[in-house]
Amino acid sequence: MSHDKTKKQAELIREISGVNPYKCMKCGKCSASCPSFNEMDIKPHQFVSYVLNDDLEALVNSKSLWKCLSCFACIERCPRDVKPGKLVDAARQLVVRERGGDFLSADEIPEKLDPELPQQLLVSAFRRYRR
Amino acid sequence: MKYSYFPGCTLKTTGASLDRSARLAALALGFELEEIENWQCCGGVYPLGSDEIATKLSSVRALAEAKAKDQDLVTLCSACHHVIKRVNDDMKNVDDIRTRANNYMKLDEAYAGETNVLHFLEVLRDRVGFDNLKAKVTNPLKGRKIGAYYGCLLLRPGKIMAFDDPENPTIIEDFIRAIGATPVVYPYRNECCGGYISLNEKDMAKSMCKRIKDSAEGFGAEMLITACPLCMYNLNKTEGGISVRYFTELLCEALGITEEGKAL
Repeated sequence: MSHDKTKKQAELIREISGVNPYKCMKCGKCSASCPSFNEMDIKPHQFVSYVLNDDLEALVNSKSLWKCLSCFACIERCPRDVKPGKLVDAARQLVVRERGGDFLSADEIPEKLDPELPQQLLVSAFRRYRR
Repeated sequence: MKYSYFPGCTLKTTGASLDRSARLAALALGFELEEIENWQCCGGVYPLGSDEIATKLSSVRALAEAKAKDQDLVTLCSACHHVIKRVNDDMKNVDDIRTRANNYMKLDEAYAGETNVLHFLEVLRDRVGFDNLKAKVTNPLKGRKIGAYYGCLLLRPGKIMAFDDPENPTIIEDFIRAIGATPVVYPYRNECCGGYISLNEKDMAKSMCKRIKDSAEGFGAEMLITACPLCMYNLNKTEGGISVRYFTELLCEALGITEEGKAL
């Protein structure tokens, strides 16, 4: 990733998330609260450091983007109001807003369906995983 | 008393019993849920990006219609409640979102978060009152040990949802007491069921739901109640353990409401 693109993307993450990562005091409460912690390669508290260091390449390629459950535990419990979940979402937005960035395609849906599956699940996944 | 009502997509299909039992219970308790005309799906998840406008407009339309009728807006599904409540907060407090949403909507009168958004449980607690509810119960569910499953979306973020204490909620336990049953408090009641992860990763959702069910059962619960069709789905897809019902189904049972002579 070129230096200019990285800078631009770091700015975009801050803009989309509205988060000020400088407020983080690295207490780790977000990661301690995260129900997906074990599944994540970059942990919620580390997201903040990656944004601060403009290390966007690792962030947009992280599988953590697709493991976040939007449960808002990290946002609720952050003592500095940094909202790590919003940073995860902003990184996810950077990916899915680019052409070819969708994590879920409509063609995959039929095989995932079962008669009890609620619409709510489909619309939620579509909104988080693609444009 | 009439409330505007936003049922949401799932209450028309797999969650139909949540919708039906709530409407019947409302009538028995002296209020009516008047469905918003031509409501559109809330999208299931709140759009977190601060530059997201279009994805919030379906909520704004419902909110503006309730305002035009001078009614509070009632929700049942935890996801609809979460999305609409947060969009309403944006319309009230975030200048940029309010301006851009109103520029798009071109309503006769700009919408600025005037509508009260109430979850059905809040109507029971704050409008009906749990004491009044208790007095109307004809079939108290004596001896039933019930665990409240809150999940995430009703509670967090606590400052915006303002539903209950996000770490130590009591509203569903108070509801359980009002219908004559015994609430069982267990540690995983406000932990995530996995939500939309179950589309791609069934095992992950199952292990999370197993922890929730085991936790409740370990503390003596015989049943869980929820307000969310997706929590219901994820918990039910996890084999074994205690059963899960919508809170409104038990409400109908306690109020003695039957359909064609059969219990709901």
